[in-house]
Amino acid sequence: MDVRHVAKLAHLEISDAEVDLYTPQMANIVKYVEQLNELDIEDIEPMLGGLTAEGEQTFTLREDIPGGSLGQTEALSQAPSGVAGHFQVPKVL
Amino acid sequence: MSIVSEIEKTIDAAERLNPELNSFLSIEREHALARTAFLESSADGPLRGVAIAVKDNICTKGMRTSCGSHILHNYRAQYDATAVKRLNDAGAIIVGKTNMDEFAMGSSNESSAFGAAKNPWDLTRVPGGSSGGSAVAVASGVVRVALGSETGGSVRQPASLCGIVGLKPTYGRISRYGLVAFASSLDNIGIFGQTSRDVADVLGVIAGRDEHDSTTADVEVPDYSSMLDNDLAGKTIGIPRSLFGDGLDEEVREKVLASIKNFEELGAETVDVELPYAKYGIAVYYIIATAEASSNLARFDGVRYGFRAEEAAELRKMYFKTREEGFGPEVKRRIMLGTYVLSSGYYDAYYAKAQKVRALVKRDYVEAFKKCDAILTPTSPSVAFKIGEKSDDPISMYLSDIYTVSANLAGVPGISVPCGLSAEGLPIGVQLVGNFWSEGTLLNMAHKYENAHPLDARPSVFAG
Repeated sequence: MDVRHVAKLAHLEISDAEVDLYTPQMANIVKYVEQLNELDIEDIEPMLGGLTAEGEQTFTLREDIPGGSLGQTEALSQAPSGVAGHFQVPKVL
Repeated sequence: MSIVSEIEKTIDAAERLNPELNSFLSIEREHALARTAFLESSADGPLRGVAIAVKDNICTKGMRTSCGSHILHNYRAQYDATAVKRLNDAGAIIVGKTNMDEFAMGSSNESSAFGAAKNPWDLTRVPGGSSGGSAVAVASGVVRVALGSETGGSVRQPASLCGIVGLKPTYGRISRYGLVAFASSLDNIGIFGQTSRDVADVLGVIAGRDEHDSTTADVEVPDYSSMLDNDLAGKTIGIPRSLFGDGLDEEVREKVLASIKNFEELGAETVDVELPYAKYGIAVYYIIATAEASSNLARFDGVRYGFRAEEAAELRKMYFKTREEGFGPEVKRRIMLGTYVLSSGYYDAYYAKAQKVRALVKRDYVEAFKKCDAILTPTSPSVAFKIGEKSDDPISMYLSDIYTVSANLAGVPGISVPCGLSAEGLPIGVQLVGNFWSEGTLLNMAHKYENAHPLDARPSVFAG
C-alpha cells in the first residue's frame, strides 16, 4: 500500500517518520483482514441497511413542518474563525 | 441526605481521585449545583438526584465534548444528545465528562489525547476502552451509573476489566442523536452500572424511538427494573464451546466456565451452540468500522468547530495541516485504512466482502437463538493488561474485542457482569449476548447472577 497516497486521499499531511511507522502496521492489518478471502461467499447477500426487522419497519418520515434551528450566532459560536455571519477560511486560490 | 450534599460529595470525590485515575476530562461542579438547585423545587422524576458521568463523545449542551481528541479539545456542544435530554428530564444530574480513546478508537483508553485513564484495581493497568473513563468513574465508586458508547465492545470490555456491569443495547434501542459518529452501522450508546439494577433504571429512561434518529425503532420499552427478579427456570443459555480455546487466558476460562455452573444452579438450562463465523468478526469489523469512520471523520476540517492549524495560507493546506495536527496516530491509521478499503478498485475486495461475512455473523446468531435465550462467553480474553503493553501492536490490541465485536456486527444486545477475580486480584467478566430487543432478559440473568455471586472486593482506589 502506498500510505502517502492514501493519506492524501484522506486529507492528511503525514510526515516521513509517520510513513515509516504506518506502512508496516497497515500492511499487517490488511494482511489480517484478508483472511476473509478463504471464505466462499459468492452467493451471500451483503448486509446493507438496517440490522433489525423492527428498525426497517419503523416509519422514519415526519410531517414537513419547519421547526427551530440553532440560529446564526450559536451556529458560528464554535468556529475557529467567523466574520459577519460567515465561517471564514484562508483563501482558496 | 439532601440532593445537594450528595452531589457535592460526588464532585468532591471525582476531584480528589482524578489526579490518580484521570477518568474525567471535565468535572462540572457549577452545572451540577445549578441542576440540584433546580431539582430541589421541581417535580419528582425516576432518576431524581442521581449523579451520572457521560462519555466525552456524547453532546452535553454548554459542556466540553472533546471525543478525547485534540481536534475537538475546545468544543462545547451546542445541544444535548437525546439520551442526555431524557436523563435530565428524569431528574439525573450530569457531574462530568469522561476520558476515552480518541473518537472511541481503541480498547485501552491509551489513544486519548489527554492521557490514559487508569484502572482503579491496579494503576499500572489499563481500564479497557474505548469508554475507559466512564468505566473507571463507576468502578471507583464516584458515580453509580455512566453512559458510554460501543462500536465493537467499548462498554462491555472496560466493564469486564473494571469489575462492573456494562450493557450494549440492540441497534436502534437508544437514540444516537448527539453521539459523535464513528461507524454509524455499529455505534450504540451503552450503560455502565455498579449493579444491573442501576443499568435497568437508566435504560428504561433513555430507550425508545426518537424522531431525531431515524435508526431508532418503534419498539415498546418494557419496565426493565420489574423484570430483574424473574425466575431463571425455563431460560436456556447457549455455550459456544469452540470459542473457549486458543487465545483465552486460563484464569479467565476457569472463572467463566464456573459461572456456567452458577447459572445452572440458578435454574437456567445450558445447551451447546455454534457460532462458526464469529472468528472472522475482527477482520469484518476493521473493514466496515474504518470505512465508515473515514467518511464520518471527514467533517473535522477546522472550519465549523474545534481546532484549526495556524499558518496555513491556503484552504486545502489548512485542511491537511488541521487534520494532521488534530488527530492522533490510531485515528489516522483507521481513517487511512478506511480510505484504502473504499478507494477505487478495492471496494469489492474489502468492503463488499466484509458486508457478506457480516451477514453470516448475523445468521449465526439468528440460528443460535432458535435454541437459547442468551449466549455465554468471556467478555475479554484476558484481565486488564499493563499500560503500554499493546500500544505498538495494533492487531494485538484489536483482538481484545474478539468476544464482543460480533454482537455489534449483528446488532444484538450484550451485557458483561463480573464473575470473579484473578489470582492477582483483577476482575474477570462474563458476557451474555441476547436476541434482538431482549435487554430485559439479559438484565434479569445478570441481576440474578450478581446477587448470588457478588464480587466481594473493591478496587484499591475507591471513593467510599
